[in-house]
Amino acid sequence: MEDFDPRIIGFCCNWCAYAGADLAGISRIQYPPNLRMIRVMCSGAIDPEHILNALSMGADGVFIGGCHPGDCHYMAGNYKIRRKVALIKRLLSQMGLEPQRVRLEWVSAAEGQRFAQVVTDFIEEVKELGPNPLKGKGVRREETKARNRARLHMRRV
Amino acid sequence: MRKLKLAIGLGSTCAGCDIAILDLNEKILDLAAAVEIVFWPTAMDFKLKELEEFGEGEIDLGLYHGTIRTSAQEHIAHLLREKSKALMAFGSCACFGGIPGLCNLTSKEAIFETVYRDTPSTVNPDFTVPKTEVKEGGYLLTLPELYQEGKALPQVVDVDYYLPGCPPVVELIEKLLPIIELMKTGELPPKGTVIASDKTLCEECPLTRENKMISQIVRPHQVIPDPQRCLLEQGILCMGPATRGGCGARCIKALMPCRGCMGPTAEVEDQGAKMISAIASILGVEDEKKLSEEDVEKLMNQIKDPVGTFYRFTLPMALINKRVIKR
Repeated sequence: MEDFDPRIIGFCCNWCAYAGADLAGISRIQYPPNLRMIRVMCSGAIDPEHILNALSMGADGVFIGGCHPGDCHYMAGNYKIRRKVALIKRLLSQMGLEPQRVRLEWVSAAEGQRFAQVVTDFIEEVKELGPNPLKGKGVRREETKARNRARLHMRRV
Repeated sequence: MRKLKLAIGLGSTCAGCDIAILDLNEKILDLAAAVEIVFWPTAMDFKLKELEEFGEGEIDLGLYHGTIRTSAQEHIAHLLREKSKALMAFGSCACFGGIPGLCNLTSKEAIFETVYRDTPSTVNPDFTVPKTEVKEGGYLLTLPELYQEGKALPQVVDVDYYLPGCPPVVELIEKLLPIIELMKTGELPPKGTVIASDKTLCEECPLTRENKMISQIVRPHQVIPDPQRCLLEQGILCMGPATRGGCGARCIKALMPCRGCMGPTAEVEDQGAKMISAIASILGVEDEKKLSEEDVEKLMNQIKDPVGTFYRFTLPMALINKRVIKR
């Protein structure tokens, strides 16, 4: 697929991966612009709901960057996301989606080069997988709306 | 004072919700005194035509139970919405899709292939499958259409109230009686009211939690659980942390793990995602630093059927609610 330009959502922890991305930026390292990054305080704080929501709304991939094992600013958040991602991948393969669409990488604040490298690799991999099959289904948007309506209703008014 | 009109419609259901209403026992007399039942095909001889003859909003309270999988069921849902002042999704199937909602893991074609061709007792060389219309001897015969996916009631029509549970427990159904009394005064409960607890099942669970860490998952038939201790802590997958309470923890009292029939709590959209969080917080925590990526994978592979476990009752309302089938 020549003209496929994947849209990838990235969740990066404030202390390592985001700082690593920052370093990649100030070092003027070039990498493809397909990643839309969201800064979170800790990779362990990423809720599986965020990941599933990104995929259900048509993101072609979800990139998660955290500190190297043992380096978590909050002691063990990166171990937590490691377990969450392992479960989410199992869930995705049962739902017929490629588990490779979710990637977890460890990037320290000093690894600007590595950040650019893993993001480039991931974008290449997603390009090979092709577009997210959940993307652009008219029904889906309606369904999401209906679901959000229902969710609002379910809150006690 | 005039009696309120109550209609009970059904979709793809086991009719356990009807039985649950009958389980009100002597209180069913209070219900019968408070309302006039105008439509309830499971219990009495009602025809769809009778429901169709009502004017818009003439019925005071409509209950709908069951998932919506066929055009006939969708028709009943739309009818009930049109004729009722207030519509309640009754039971887990109507609220979130329920067990029949697990049909989203397969497709209509795959079901037809299995049922009408591949089962060993089937001889069907022409692969004849049900069609919505067939001309036979000058007559047009019709069947409802089977849809590709199952849907919960709020995905099809506007729903006012929810009463989850598979089936809803009698204690919660009893709460309908004061609500009906309230409705007689013309005062309706706020839209979106869920007749259940707002907190998780763990809040009302009688078992004690000591040490929230597990190193492996066991299935209920493999162990005799300690009747005092949290089942999740004993390695049995219990959906309690991600499930709405209000059922009185009756499965837990029989030492069976929660399966999640009450659905997610008020602030949660995706019950399974919350359960993934909960499992990831306790499974394999103790020596997490020593585990390799493969060890973590092996640990999680102990959960054999993630979708069936985490979304047993809520698949159609989940964020990713339909299996991607490549043909």
